[in-house]
Amino acid sequence: MEAKTKVSAQEGQQELVITRTFDLPLELLFKAYTEPEIVAQWMGTKVIKLENKKHGSWQFETSDAKGNVAFQAHGTIHDFVPNQKIIRTFEMENAPFDVQLEFLEFEALTEHTSKLRMQVVYKSAAHRDQMLKLPFSQGINRAHNRLQDIMNTLK
Amino acid sequence: MNLRRDVFQAIADPTRRAILLLLATQAMTAGAIASNFNTARPTVSKHLQILTECELLGQEQNGREIYYHLNAQNMKEVADFLEPFRKMWDERFNKLEAIMEKYKTKK
Repeated sequence: MEAKTKVSAQEGQQELVITRTFDLPLELLFKAYTEPEIVAQWMGTKVIKLENKKHGSWQFETSDAKGNVAFQAHGTIHDFVPNQKIIRTFEMENAPFDVQLEFLEFEALTEHTSKLRMQVVYKSAAHRDQMLKLPFSQGINRAHNRLQDIMNTLK
Repeated sequence: MNLRRDVFQAIADPTRRAILLLLATQAMTAGAIASNFNTARPTVSKHLQILTECELLGQEQNGREIYYHLNAQNMKEVADFLEPFRKMWDERFNKLEAIMEKYKTKK
């Protein structure tokens, strides 16, 4: 079966493209991006602000189990066309990564299926590679922590 | 030589995994890497040697210093990074899909 989510990142380029097909009508897919309480659910973050309009801005905040703020991100909405596109910026706070520009294009495939194309442009090819590596390094970190947990139980 | 098995052996060691993690976002000298560990400098050098031998790390001479970096130069390595990144988005989108299913039936 073909993967529903695809990532295309050409060597040496400063952008990447994520595409995904959904078993959802276009309107529901778009709704998942615009209703703060729904965004909060699938992104697993607290939505502080989400102004879905031209010149609007957004702000997310994630806390760990102890209630400490673990992750903060914000950006501005540059363009917003319902059921078609969102153009926005994304920047993590207190992180050594520059702002990135995101083009989100929504498209109906059939009455019940839809597609999202997300093009992300970074400051440089090196910056893009860093962002690509983050889940990889977090994976190593998690494996490391798991190992540590196992070792602790053996103590 | 079975390179694949060597790679797995290389990343089975927690210190070597921690070194890979350190280098995930930036290139560093052996000294800078060693300063992150309580282990003796020669031990860290040995780990760097093993990681370099199985091509997980690359070296670059910069003046008098040698910088180590994650070997993301060839496509296979990029593909290795791509898969966890793809999976992260796939899981996120699966969640989105599952949540929106509920709205479907409500209509």
